[in-house]
Amino acid sequence: MKKLPKFLGVVMSAVLVLSVCACGGSGSAASSGGDSSAAKSDGPIKVGVVNNPPSESGYREANVKDMESVFSSANGYELKTAYSLKNDEQLQAAQGFITEGVDYLLISAAETTGWDEVLKKAKEAGIKVYLFDRMIDVDESLYEAAVVSDMAKEGETAVKWLLDQNLPEYNVIHIQGAMGSDAQIGRTGALDEQFASGKMNKVVQQTATWDEAEAKKIVESVINSGDSFNVIYAENDGMAKGAVAALDEAGITHGVDGDVVVMGFDCNKWALRELLAGKWNYDGQCSPFQAKIISDLIKSGSAPSSKKIINEEKGFDAKALTQADIDTYGLGE
Amino acid sequence: MEENCLLELRGIDKMFPGVMALNNVDFTLRKGEIHALMGENGAGKSTLIKILTGVYSMDAGTILVEGKNVHIGSPQDAQNNGISTVYQETTLCPNLTVAENMFIGREKSLLVKQKAYEKRAEEILESLQIPARARQQLGNCSLAVQQMVAIARAVDMQCKVLILDEPTSSLDDKEVNMLFKLMRDLKSRGVGIIFVTHFLEQVYEVSDRITVLRNGELVGEFLTEELPQVQLVAKMIGKELDELNNLSDTEERSAASGEVFYQAEGLSSSETLPFDFSIRKGEVNGFTGLLGSGRSESVRAIFGADKVGGGTVKIKGKNVKITKPVDAMKHGIGYLAEDRKRDGIIADLSVRENIIIAMQVMNGFFKPISRSESEAFADEYIKALNIKTASRETPVGALSGGNQQKVILARWLLTHPDYLILDEPTRGIDVGTKLEIQKLVLKLAEEDVSVTFISSEIEEMLRTCSRLIVMRDRHIVGELKGSDLNQAQVMKTIAGGES
Amino acid sequence: MKERIKKVFKSSLGQLAIPLIAIALLIIFNLIRDPGFFVIGLTQNNDGNLVLQGNLISIINGASELAVLAMGMTLVTAACGGQDISVGAAAAIAGSVLVKVLKSGSGITGGRVLAAFLMACLVAMIFGSFNGTLVAIFKIQPMIATLILYTCGRSIAYWINGGATPTVSSPVITAIGSFIPGIPVPTPVLIVIAMTILFKLLFRFTSLELFTQSVGINGSAARLNGINTTFIKLLSFIILGVCVAVAGSIGVSRLGLINHETLLLDIEMDAILAVAIGGNSLGGGRFKLSGSIIGAYVIQMLTITLYAMKVSSTDVKAYKAIVIVILVVIGSPVFKEKFGKTVNRIRNNRNGLMEKGAEKA
Repeated sequence: MKKLPKFLGVVMSAVLVLSVCACGGSGSAASSGGDSSAAKSDGPIKVGVVNNPPSESGYREANVKDMESVFSSANGYELKTAYSLKNDEQLQAAQGFITEGVDYLLISAAETTGWDEVLKKAKEAGIKVYLFDRMIDVDESLYEAAVVSDMAKEGETAVKWLLDQNLPEYNVIHIQGAMGSDAQIGRTGALDEQFASGKMNKVVQQTATWDEAEAKKIVESVINSGDSFNVIYAENDGMAKGAVAALDEAGITHGVDGDVVVMGFDCNKWALRELLAGKWNYDGQCSPFQAKIISDLIKSGSAPSSKKIINEEKGFDAKALTQADIDTYGLGE
Repeated sequence: MEENCLLELRGIDKMFPGVMALNNVDFTLRKGEIHALMGENGAGKSTLIKILTGVYSMDAGTILVEGKNVHIGSPQDAQNNGISTVYQETTLCPNLTVAENMFIGREKSLLVKQKAYEKRAEEILESLQIPARARQQLGNCSLAVQQMVAIARAVDMQCKVLILDEPTSSLDDKEVNMLFKLMRDLKSRGVGIIFVTHFLEQVYEVSDRITVLRNGELVGEFLTEELPQVQLVAKMIGKELDELNNLSDTEERSAASGEVFYQAEGLSSSETLPFDFSIRKGEVNGFTGLLGSGRSESVRAIFGADKVGGGTVKIKGKNVKITKPVDAMKHGIGYLAEDRKRDGIIADLSVRENIIIAMQVMNGFFKPISRSESEAFADEYIKALNIKTASRETPVGALSGGNQQKVILARWLLTHPDYLILDEPTRGIDVGTKLEIQKLVLKLAEEDVSVTFISSEIEEMLRTCSRLIVMRDRHIVGELKGSDLNQAQVMKTIAGGES
Repeated sequence: MKERIKKVFKSSLGQLAIPLIAIALLIIFNLIRDPGFFVIGLTQNNDGNLVLQGNLISIINGASELAVLAMGMTLVTAACGGQDISVGAAAAIAGSVLVKVLKSGSGITGGRVLAAFLMACLVAMIFGSFNGTLVAIFKIQPMIATLILYTCGRSIAYWINGGATPTVSSPVITAIGSFIPGIPVPTPVLIVIAMTILFKLLFRFTSLELFTQSVGINGSAARLNGINTTFIKLLSFIILGVCVAVAGSIGVSRLGLINHETLLLDIEMDAILAVAIGGNSLGGGRFKLSGSIIGAYVIQMLTITLYAMKVSSTDVKAYKAIVIVILVVIGSPVFKEKFGKTVNRIRNNRNGLMEKGAEKA
C-alpha cells in the first residue's frame, strides 16, 4: 500500500511528459513553416478559440454557438476550442494552440492580466490574435483587433429608448444585478445619470443579484407600500419576469397597453416572446455575436481602422419586434 | 471552635425550583482527616460539594476556611482557597503527558519550561509514590493512576481540602488499595480529605469520621469506629434495616428447575471469546469477575449489542438468530446496560418517553403508542417502582442516579420480558434503591422470568443468584452453585485458586 | 395572570418564547414605524381573481419555501446533530427535473404536473439518501457530507436542462406558484399548511418523532433499545429530500422559470437559522417543528420589514445578521442562565427592601 502514492506519482509525471511531447511534436511541424504569412490559401484556416465555458451564462452559450456556426468547416475553417473560467488554464490552452500552429487565435479572457507573454509568443509565431467580448491589458500591437461590447452603451441605448417614450413622468423601480459585475455597472450608469439630473424619479433602487424571486419581493414591497411607479427597469430578463409576476398578482397592468413599462436585458427568446405578446416593452442586448465581424476581418485580410471595434448593441421595442428578430437574435430556446 | 479546624460550613441552604436541596446543613473538616460524606442519592451530597467548589451558589449560610469567612463564587475561588476536587471521571487530557497534565492551565508565562515542569512532576510523583513517569502519556496509564495524577496535581496546587467524588467506582481492589495508600499519605501531611463513595466497606477501611445527610438535612457527624455498618445504613435510609437482614439471610436458594429458556453454544462477539451459556425459566444467575474479565461483554453478546461472531442460540429449544438488539427484544430479552449515562438513559427525553421507548420499538415504527396510553404506562411504573420525579414529563436527566436506573428498569419491565439481563443495576445508586432492585429481581424470578444479574458487590449476587458464572481474562473459569455460593469460594475462583 | 404567563414559559412553549417574542417585537416596531405596514387588501389580479395582498401576505407567502425546508432541516438536525447545507443546490436539481419533465411533451396538463412533481421528489429523495448514506453509514459530519452536493448540485442542475433558463407557462403552474382561481390565499401558503399537517400526521401515526429524538440525544442507548439508528438518520435525509422537492417546485412555479444559479440561493443558511431561532439545538436531540416554522417567518418578516424601509438589499444581509446574532445569543443556555440569575438577584433585593420597609413600619 505504501508504494501506491509513489507509483501514482510516476504515472502522473509520465502522463505529463507524454502530453508535453505530444504538443511539442505537432507544434514543431507547424512552426517551421510559420512566419508572417501563416495564413495559407490552401486548406482550411486554422482558428483556435479560447473562451469561457458555455455553462457560464445564457450569453456565453449563445456566444459559443455563434463561434461554432461561423467558424465551421463549411465556411472554410478548422476550429479548435478551449473553455475555462480560470485564467491560467486559458493561458495554457492558448500556449497549446500556438505550439499546435493555428493561424488565428481568438480570446475571451477570464482575467485582464497575465497575457503579455503568450501574445508575444503568438506574434513571434506569426499568429494573428483577435480579442472578443473582453479586453486584455496588453499593448495594442499584440493583437489585430478587439471586438467588444460597450456595457455602458447598452444602458445608454435603453435609457434613450425610455426617454423617447415621452412619458408624462418617470417613476422607476430599478432592479440591479449582482453589484460590481460588468453588466450591472454598464446597465446602471445611464439610469443613475437620469436620477441625478432629476428627469427620472427613483422609487426604489435595489439589487436582486440576478435572482428572479428576489426581484419579485422587491416589487411586492413597493406595491405594498403604496408608492406609485410606472417603469420597471430590470437589469436582466429573469428579474424582469420576477417583477412582472408581482405586478400580475397585484392586478397592475403592464406592457404595451398597460400602466407600467417593463424593461429587461439579455434578449432570451422567451423574454422576446413576452415582448411580442405586448406584455413587456423593451429588451436590450449585450450582443454575443462577434464571430461574423471577426470572420469578415480574416477573410478580407485588411486591418480595421481602429483596433477597438464596438459591437452593435441591440435594443428591441415591443412595437417593432418581429418573429424573425426573435429567431435571429434571441438567446436560448 | 476546635483548634485544627480546616473547613467549616454553617447553616447552608440551597433551593432548587420546588426542592429544598440543602436545609441548614453544617459540616466540619479537620486537618489531617479523611471524612466520609454519606447519604442516599438525592440526600444533598453532590449539591454540597458543588457549593464548596463554586459550581452552585448557596442561598444562605457561611463558609469558613481556617476560621476566615470566604466567598466561593466560582471554581477559581475554590481553588484560590485551597479546595480541590477530583471527580469520578477525571477531567484531564489523556493525549498529553503526565507532567503536562499536572501543569496545564497553570503556566504563569507563555513560555512553557518543559524541562523544569518534568523535573518537578517527577519529584511529586516520587514523593507520593505514584507509579507513573512524568513524560508518559496519561492515556496509557490505568484509570487509578490517572486519578492519582489528578490528585497529585491538586496537591501541588497547595490544596488544603481535597474532595474525592466517587474515586473508586471504576477501580479494582488493587487500585483501590493504591489510592487509599495515597490518601493516608496526604492525611499525614495535614490535608483534609472529603471522601464521597457508595462502598460502605471502603468507608470503614479508610475514613476517620462520617457525616450523614438525608433529604437535604444533616443527620449527624460520627467517628467511624463508633458507628457500626448497620447503623450507618439505617441512618442513611432512615429506617431500621430488617428487610436487608432478611434478604441477606442466605437461605439456600434452590436452583430453578424449569425448562431451559435460553441456550447458547460457542457464542462469540467482536468483544468475547466463544462461550456456552444457558438459563432456565425463573432462574437468577450471574456473571462475576473483575472489571475487564469479560462479564459485561458476555451479556452484551447474548443481547446482540456487539457485532456477533458465531455460535448457535436456542430459545425455548428453537434455533434463533440474534444479531442486533431488536432481535433479542423480539425474543423476549431485555437488557439494562452497565453504563447508565452512555447506554441507558436518553437524558433529554421525559421519564414517560424513556419508559415507553423499548415497548414502542417492539410495537413497530408504524404503531405508535398513543399519548394517553403512554401516560398510563408511565404513571403505573412510576408508582410501582416508586420513582421519585417531579412529573412524568420531567427530563430523565434531571433525576437522581437511582431513579434513572428505576426508569430503565421500568422500560424493560413494560416489555414483559421472559429474560432480563441486568448489568450493574445497582452501581452508583443509594442503598435503599439497591435493596428495592434486589427484591424486584427475586420477585421477577417467582413470576418465572429468567434474570442474569451482574454486580461488583459480590454480596448482592450471593443474595440473589442461584448460580454464578465466574470469569477471568475473558474465559469462564468456574460455575458455582449450592453450597459453593459463598464469598470465600467466589474470591478464590476469581483469584484463580483451584476450586 | 403572572402565574399563567410563568406557566406558559415553563411549559413546552418555553422553547418558542424567543421566536414569538421576536415576531412580537417586529410587529411592534412596524406598528410604530408605519401602521400601514399591516394593511391587507383584496384586489383583482391580472388573471381576474380576487386575491389578498399586503405585506403580511408577502411575508407568509414569501417564507413558504423556507418554512418547508426548515421542517425537513429540523428533522435532519435532530437525528444527526448536523445540518444539510446542500438544500439550495438540491432544490435547483429538483426544480430542473420538474421543468425537464414539464417540457418533455406538448401541453402542460394536471397529470403531467403531477408526474413532474413526483419525478422531482424521486430525484431529490435519491440525492437525500446519498447525503444520508454518507452521514448514517460512513459517519461523515453532515456539513462535510453535504458540502459535496452543495458544491456540485447547481452544475448537475445545469446539465439537466442543458444550461438554459427554460420557462414554462401554464395555468396549472400559475395556480401552484401564485393563486388558485377562487381562492384568495396564495397557494404556497396552502402548501406549507399541507406540509405541516403531513408532518403532524407522520408524527401521529409513526414513532418518527420519538425515535429521531432518541437517536439524536443518545445514539448508543437508542441502538441498545432496538432502534435502527442508521435507518432513522437516512430517513431524515430522505424526508428532507421531499421537502427540497416541494420547495424547489414552489420556487419554479412562482415565476414559471428555472434558473439553476439563483433558485433558492443561500436558502440553506436561512433554513439552518430558522431551526436555531426556533429554539432547537443544532447539536441534535429534542426538537419542535413549530419552532422552526415560526423561525422561518421571523426571518422573512425581518427581510420584508427591511425592504419596506427601503434598506438596500446588499445591506439587508448585514442587518439580518445583527438581529439573528441577538436572537441566537438570547436563546443560548449561557445567556438564559445569566439572565435567570440577574432576575433572581433583583427579586431578592426587592424582597429584602420590602422586608426592611416592613421592619421600619
